[in-house]
Amino acid sequence: MAKSALLKSSIAKKVAMALSGLFLMLFLAQHFFINMTSVFSADTFNSISHFMGNNPLVQFVIQPILIVGVVFHFIMGFVLDFKNRSARPISYAKNNGAANSSWASRNMIVSGSVVLAFIALHFYDFWFPEMVYKYVDVNPLNETRYFHELAEKFESPVRTALYSISFLLLSLHLWHGFNSSFQSVGFNNKYSRSLHKLGYAFAIVVPFGFIFIALFHHFNH
Amino acid sequence: MKLTLKIWRQKNAAAEGKIVEYPIDHIEPDMSFLEMLDILNDELIMKGDEPVAFDHDCREGICGMCSLYINGEAHGPDRGVTTCQLHMRMFKDGDTIFIEPFRAKAFPVIKDLVVDRSSFDRIQHAGGFISVNTSGNTIDANTIPVNKKDADDAFDAAACIGCGACVASCKNSSAMLFVAAKVSQYALLPQGKIEATDRVLNMVSQMDAEGFGNCTNTGACEVECPKGISLENIARMNREYMSASLKG
Ligand code: HEM
Ligand code: SF4
Ligand code: FES
Repeated sequence: MAKSALLKSSIAKKVAMALSGLFLMLFLAQHFFINMTSVFSADTFNSISHFMGNNPLVQFVIQPILIVGVVFHFIMGFVLDFKNRSARPISYAKNNGAANSSWASRNMIVSGSVVLAFIALHFYDFWFPEMVYKYVDVNPLNETRYFHELAEKFESPVRTALYSISFLLLSLHLWHGFNSSFQSVGFNNKYSRSLHKLGYAFAIVVPFGFIFIALFHHFNH
Repeated sequence: MKLTLKIWRQKNAAAEGKIVEYPIDHIEPDMSFLEMLDILNDELIMKGDEPVAFDHDCREGICGMCSLYINGEAHGPDRGVTTCQLHMRMFKDGDTIFIEPFRAKAFPVIKDLVVDRSSFDRIQHAGGFISVNTSGNTIDANTIPVNKKDADDAFDAAACIGCGACVASCKNSSAMLFVAAKVSQYALLPQGKIEATDRVLNMVSQMDAEGFGNCTNTGACEVECPKGISLENIARMNREYMSASLKG
């Protein structure tokens, strides 16, 4: 089969979407554990952040892969959503979607778009200042700045609220996305029932953990 | 029972359609949904109106010909049944019932509630078969040993009657459940393994060419399928497709 035909195929896109989603969930999990340390110890959070911010492997290999992964995921998400909508030119006068599927599964583009808006805000808040600090202004290394930068951001009630709302939608995105990605890559067997429970746990623990971290710093200021 | 029907009327494939309201009375709870439509059509014919065109054949839930999107669900609100096996006891006196054709770009409306599902036939022609000699010297299938689990799974997949409810229910108009059932039914059996690689590649490529949408695993198809075809078949097809693309 020609490679071009393969790339155009629906299943190849589905698998690619799932792999990017799985990769983003791995990233989310490590981000979650690092941020969680900020609740227990400013020093631990500072030293891990310093490592992540200055390790060449993380900075110049993993970070670009992550950015490509995010961009691929949301562009593909929009492309697929557009194509899927056009596969039904005339919609039903009466449709009872709730009878056979979850809200989260039918509205991945809605939850995804909110997460995308959040990612933009997050880049503006942390990533751009970080890049300017390190690579434009070329400041000297400072291993203890990270905790304060984080805590300061959550002084604002507006930002804390925006973060929390976004994580609620991330939770819905993952409620369907976690299990969906395993189904997409063909994983459906006797272990799937247990995996589903793990997926729902992930979709709750990680986003609500992030909300907890945001609220923790907001109220501890 | 007294009901209000809101039915999609469309003269032909090119015409614009619209929902038309029909009151109907004296419907028995034990009537099938199609019998109810027969009564409506009798009344329309008596009045000199055009009867509502709808698909049906066996009326015993085995041919897959009947369709209809009833009150927002393919084959109506009951589970595990086709429209011909849906009974009016699922509704209450005074109900309003929306009756629409299955909607998908790949299922164009021919007239009223009748849609053209030949896209499914073309997918079948692309690979939903095994090439064996049937001219008299066919070997009995039972002489080839088959693992019980595989035989059962293949049989479950083969229960698909090609009705298209999966497409109609899917928010993406995806045909993955149908194609997955057809791919699985052969992929699991020794007779089907020989052509397995080409089969899955060709059937998926035909499915895409017909303009069906892409599966996002909402699971609506599995819930609405009258034959209980499981999402496991879609996972199996994805695996088959991935290994076939690596080989092919
Ligand atoms: C940290 C951020 C994100 C994570 C962890 C994530 C995770 C996932 C996962 C695991 C899936 C399931 C893939 C599958 O069904 O095989 C998925 C699907 C999807 N994502 Fe995301 N996602 C994120 C951000 C976004 C963003 C920013 C968008 C922007 C629109 C988006 C749009 C979608 C859409 C539309 C789908 C459904 C597509 C499909 O199932 O084919 N996601 N996501
Ligand atoms: S998979 Fe089920 S819903 Fe789809 S065509 Fe076959 S029998 Fe009908
Ligand atoms: S008419 Fe044959 S299945 Fe309904």
